[in-house]
Amino acid sequence: MDFKFTDEQIMIRDTADAFLTETCTSAAVRQVMDTELGYDPQLWRRICDEMYWQGIHIPEAYGGLGLGYVELTATLEQMGRYLCCSPFYASVCLAANALLVAGTELQKLTYLPQITAGITATLAHTSEAGDWSSSGVKVTYQKQGDRYCLNGTYRFVPDGHSADILVLAARDQDSHGLEGISLFVVPANTPGISREWLPTMDQTRRQAQLQINNLILHEGTVMGSAGEAWPQLEQILDLGRIAVAAEQLGGSQQCLDSTLAYISERVQFGRSIASYQSVKHKCADMLVKVEASRSAVYYAACVGDQFFNQSAGASGLAEAASIAKAYSSDSFFHNAGVGIQLHGGVGITAEYDIQLYFKRAKSTETFLGASDYHRERLATLLLDTQVTL
Amino acid sequence: MKLDFSPKDELFRQEIANWLASNLCGEFDIIRGRGGPGDQHMFIDERKAWEQKLYQGGWTCIGWPPEHGGRGASIEQQVIFNEEYARAQGPGRAGHIGETLVGPTLIVFGNQDQKDRYLPEILRGEAFWCQGYSEPGAGSDLANVKTGAKFDNATQQWFISGQKVWTSLARESDYCFVIARTDAKSVGHHGLGFFLVPIDQTGVTVRPIEQLTGTSEFNEVFFDDAHCSAEDIVGEPGDGWKVAMGLLGFERGISTLGQQMLFQNELDEIITLAKSNGSAKNPQIRQRIAEAHIGLRIMRFNSMRVLSSEGADGSLQKESMIYKLYWSSWHRNLGKLAMDVMGAESEVLEGGPYQLNRLQSMYLFSRADTIYGGTNQIQRNLIAERALGMPREPRG
Repeated sequence: MDFKFTDEQIMIRDTADAFLTETCTSAAVRQVMDTELGYDPQLWRRICDEMYWQGIHIPEAYGGLGLGYVELTATLEQMGRYLCCSPFYASVCLAANALLVAGTELQKLTYLPQITAGITATLAHTSEAGDWSSSGVKVTYQKQGDRYCLNGTYRFVPDGHSADILVLAARDQDSHGLEGISLFVVPANTPGISREWLPTMDQTRRQAQLQINNLILHEGTVMGSAGEAWPQLEQILDLGRIAVAAEQLGGSQQCLDSTLAYISERVQFGRSIASYQSVKHKCADMLVKVEASRSAVYYAACVGDQFFNQSAGASGLAEAASIAKAYSSDSFFHNAGVGIQLHGGVGITAEYDIQLYFKRAKSTETFLGASDYHRERLATLLLDTQVTL
Repeated sequence: MKLDFSPKDELFRQEIANWLASNLCGEFDIIRGRGGPGDQHMFIDERKAWEQKLYQGGWTCIGWPPEHGGRGASIEQQVIFNEEYARAQGPGRAGHIGETLVGPTLIVFGNQDQKDRYLPEILRGEAFWCQGYSEPGAGSDLANVKTGAKFDNATQQWFISGQKVWTSLARESDYCFVIARTDAKSVGHHGLGFFLVPIDQTGVTVRPIEQLTGTSEFNEVFFDDAHCSAEDIVGEPGDGWKVAMGLLGFERGISTLGQQMLFQNELDEIITLAKSNGSAKNPQIRQRIAEAHIGLRIMRFNSMRVLSSEGADGSLQKESMIYKLYWSSWHRNLGKLAMDVMGAESEVLEGGPYQLNRLQSMYLFSRADTIYGGTNQIQRNLIAERALGMPREPRG
């Protein structure tokens, strides 16, 4: 056991920090916030060409760097800290993970090198607000010979309006619950898919709605086992949850840091407001939440590594992911809320960045299940089953 | 960063698990899971005998260096020891103050004579210790201690007078380590000494404090010209604060893992109860049980981070500074959860006049967690000032 970053991991983190300090300034983030695409293609090019983050945890056989989930997490934490707007999360933490977990060898060889080259991708699976479980998969397919015909609507698809490759979850039209779910991977320009940007409260991350009308897919697009893909989809979502939690950790840290910077400058009644005990105690609580979130995220990152090395099973991954997502969601929201409060009047202006973090906290909280969803998931493990954690 | 243990460490795990399986049984069955916070004074004779049993197996003071009789166990091995001890429901360690506080303090700050006299009997589970820090006027403001120590040239002894309070296990201990003022005119951190004082003498009076639980884990300890020899001051007169703070530094390490195992046992008991009385179907109780589970798992991950980073530099890391505030708040919430899971039955005692069951006792005593060892208010000051570099509180 060695529960701290190696020197190489520290270097990866610090390099990401330095790059983002230069490129993801508040002005740069605000500029892309107003565009429909939602990110700066030139910055994305630089990330892919110079930093090679999109290939961090993808095996070398598919054009990646072959590093692990801890390295990926360390990078995501910094991206969250700077509100980096990019198709990274959707392409790498959803679509690439989907290919790694459920793709056939041919699909991996086809699509992963595209992702490591900077082609964007995403995962569409749920249709209903708040339902991140198997029953949230509402798009149906009808098998017609060796073809599949998909119909339905996906919502809350990260970067769904712009991604080049789509991983789609759909269910056999007569199935429900855990049964009958299949995964498909297709180019986004396949006829039968129409895509629409959903304007969102958090403008630093794009969501889309996908309308699927008689989308005809051939056998070669099926990932994993047709009709039995829920366990794999759940693992993909858990890997995605760990990645969101890492971004939340970075955001949470930045809420504390920017608040400390502000209150140290602000003087009232002839003294820095940072010297008031009521303010200090709020900051202490923020630090507790940041550090506890950090522990949960790093632990989950290690379990992510173990999962890819096949030394951790799906239940260990689920537990670690739910702990990290539940705790990091709550602590990011707490720190962003307290951050606004301690900023005082300027906290609610558009000019100060704390409001951007407040919005990001909420969008990442609801995405892939808010904390109550994950607590119920853990309660099921603890109270309704015989599985020992 | 990795979580896996080496094959050598896994063999170590097997060794301690086997030993516990074949020794924590028979006469020791009654102390399984007992002796935790609020319960530390219970089954004391059996738990002292258990310490000696542990010694015979080579399982006391495993983190001490071999020259002092320990195994020089690595951090990983100490983590494993605590995990397996928890799994086996090992009782709260009667010797934990000696093993985790006094021993490491003497190893670093003590002279050879002190090491020779005190370490072996701690190792063998034969001498038990308590802590004489707080006083009626020195709680959060520990440096305000008034207890005085005077050196008598004729008898070559120190004579100590004053009062300590909130002393756990004082009646069950053989010695008390005491910070007392060697320079009567001094104030604050200066002019203090760190003394090793035998309890069983006419100058020491221990008076139990009846707590809200009806039991008395804490005591007042009165020193009225209590004496200890010239050799029983650790460091020089005036070094007391340095030694006292050094000791508290040891408290933040491995010993926290032993505490977590007791918390896990309590949470398991609550889960078992919730399953049996139907409250496991209550959606709000489900949320809170999951939250408690999350909190305890993260407590463990926090400790793993602290232990992995130890030795990198001597300073207190941010992750270790949050520890007290984190666990005490968590445990206080667990107490309330336990009562809410019990429902109306939480009011009904095991028997008269005031016989609490384990969860009731934990619920009441957990209100002390956020007070002793530095209140939550003080912890937040410390975190804000030392970890975040915010302005310090004005001092009187």
